[in-house]
Amino acid sequence: MIVARSLFSTFRSAPGATLATLAIAALFAYAFLVPLFTADPFQLAGMSIMDSFTPPLWMDGGNPAFPLGADDQGRNIITAMAYGLRTSIVVGVSAVLIGLVLGGALGLLAGFVGGRTDAVIMRIADVQLAYPALLLAMVIDGIATAVVGRERSATLAIAIVIFAIGIAFWVQFARTIRSSVLVERDQDYVAAAQITGRSKLAIVMWHILPNVMAPVLVIATINLGIAIITEATLSFLGIGIPLTHPSLGALIRNGNAFLQSGEWWISAWPCLVLVVLVIAVNVLGDHLRDHFNPKLRGRS
Amino acid sequence: MILHFVERVLQTILVLLVISFVAFMLISTLGDPLGVLLPPDATIAERNALIARLNLDQPLLQRFWSFVMGILQGDFGLSYRTQQDVGAMIAERLPATVELAFVSLLITIVLAIPAGILCGVKPKTLVSRAIMLVSIAGITLPNFVIGILLIAVFSVHLGWFPSFGRGTVVELGNWTTGLLTVSGWQAIILPAFTLASFQMTFVIRMLRTQLMEVGHSEHIRFARARGLSETRVWFVYAIRNALLPTVTMLGLQLGNIIAFSVVTESVFAWPGLGSLFLQSVQSADIPVIAIYLIFVGAVYMLINLAVELSYPLIDPRLKRRSA
Repeated sequence: MIVARSLFSTFRSAPGATLATLAIAALFAYAFLVPLFTADPFQLAGMSIMDSFTPPLWMDGGNPAFPLGADDQGRNIITAMAYGLRTSIVVGVSAVLIGLVLGGALGLLAGFVGGRTDAVIMRIADVQLAYPALLLAMVIDGIATAVVGRERSATLAIAIVIFAIGIAFWVQFARTIRSSVLVERDQDYVAAAQITGRSKLAIVMWHILPNVMAPVLVIATINLGIAIITEATLSFLGIGIPLTHPSLGALIRNGNAFLQSGEWWISAWPCLVLVVLVIAVNVLGDHLRDHFNPKLRGRS
Repeated sequence: MILHFVERVLQTILVLLVISFVAFMLISTLGDPLGVLLPPDATIAERNALIARLNLDQPLLQRFWSFVMGILQGDFGLSYRTQQDVGAMIAERLPATVELAFVSLLITIVLAIPAGILCGVKPKTLVSRAIMLVSIAGITLPNFVIGILLIAVFSVHLGWFPSFGRGTVVELGNWTTGLLTVSGWQAIILPAFTLASFQMTFVIRMLRTQLMEVGHSEHIRFARARGLSETRVWFVYAIRNALLPTVTMLGLQLGNIIAFSVVTESVFAWPGLGSLFLQSVQSADIPVIAIYLIFVGAVYMLINLAVELSYPLIDPRLKRRSA
């Protein structure tokens, strides 16, 4: 709690981080509130072919019902983007959580047990580091396609993307937690817990874990930005999430087809939302990193 | 020293064998090569010939051995999607990607290194601040968004450059090049710039940090104390020290550049290795994916090894320490 309170007090001296937090809150509200009051534009009932390619309000032929314009199927872009943003956020957060749980468990195991377990886990991590997250996520998607086929339901496609990105992310969490555990393991409070007869599992979960969470929070935030970009890239390449249940990347892929004929708004708005979201998450991540870095804390 | 060298080389070979084994297990457990590769009216003889070609009649470890030996001799197996030799498919696509990477590296060297030096030497000027601000875009904007933006402005709006393809290519033996025609150069500018955007950001930020650190080190203060001109201090003493780690880190980023080339090639319909990989992922062409996996791993490991082994040659302090 003390950490949380001092964290919020630093926001006053960091207007960028405050702005980023507000932007994230606004985007979350947009993504999760708009779908509550509108019909899903990706079901047949939500489309209206008559309104397709309506330009934004301020251009010739604009329609007040479609302030940012409409896409090729006459979907209102404001509504469509809320659905896309929701999928992007859900996928990004879930992927980071999977990377965190997987990497956290393996990092705790490697750090606390040590020895051969540690060596095996960390060598696997080293090998995986040769591959960028994006490439690995693509490979995992290809393998998943070989197992279940390309014609899969939207839910399954989303689950595959979440796992592909989550698995690509575990290494960083595992390395960070392992190195923190190695420091904490020899602290007096751990020895005290051992003397009181607590089990190894209890010591790891209740004594060590809370003390290594700060760097994990920073990595989780920074990785959230990367996860959202990775998912958008996969969907843009057509190997991620299908347009029947789109994310921002799928919307941009769809709009990209009409860029050449001048309908820029179908891809431009989702691009803008994606960029604002990623920048806001990155600024927040930088702020958290500086906050938890004791070397920098006194300076600002 | 030599012992360390041998140990590192053996380690690298071991890791590459592990990666190859993972790739091999992917090929041998996923999919049904006979069902995919044989025509429906294949005879028993054709079937047996393919089994022999793919070594499917041998035990697992022996198949892995012939897989590794095959790769070393340039036999990469058969693609499920096109039924072609994977090696031939890669050879056909390689020139496009190599030229794209080469031009993007050229752009990086010509634009980013001077910009990085400027930001490091004079960090407080308006130009430096502007460069740093723009370079943030290289980190935060997804690669495909930069590509779309460039197409929207320079191809759709201004009509200066084409938005897809390689333009007219010339055949030089086994190599097709787009660098000898005007339309080839026009076609390569936008994709090369898109691919370079990531490296440029990286080089600028890295050079700036390095130069600002080197600027405070003792040998620079001593050079100033000797009364050498600022230009001489920076260009003879500081930049040489800052450039080395930057180039090293750029080498280690090669994996990322390969990954981003997939995205860039897709945006600009560039007929290179990245497009081949993407098509393979889309159609679950496991043999091609597996070879790509080995290729990227091998490139990373070899660069890593070369960097580590060349360090004592470049930095004499390390040699003294280990001796």
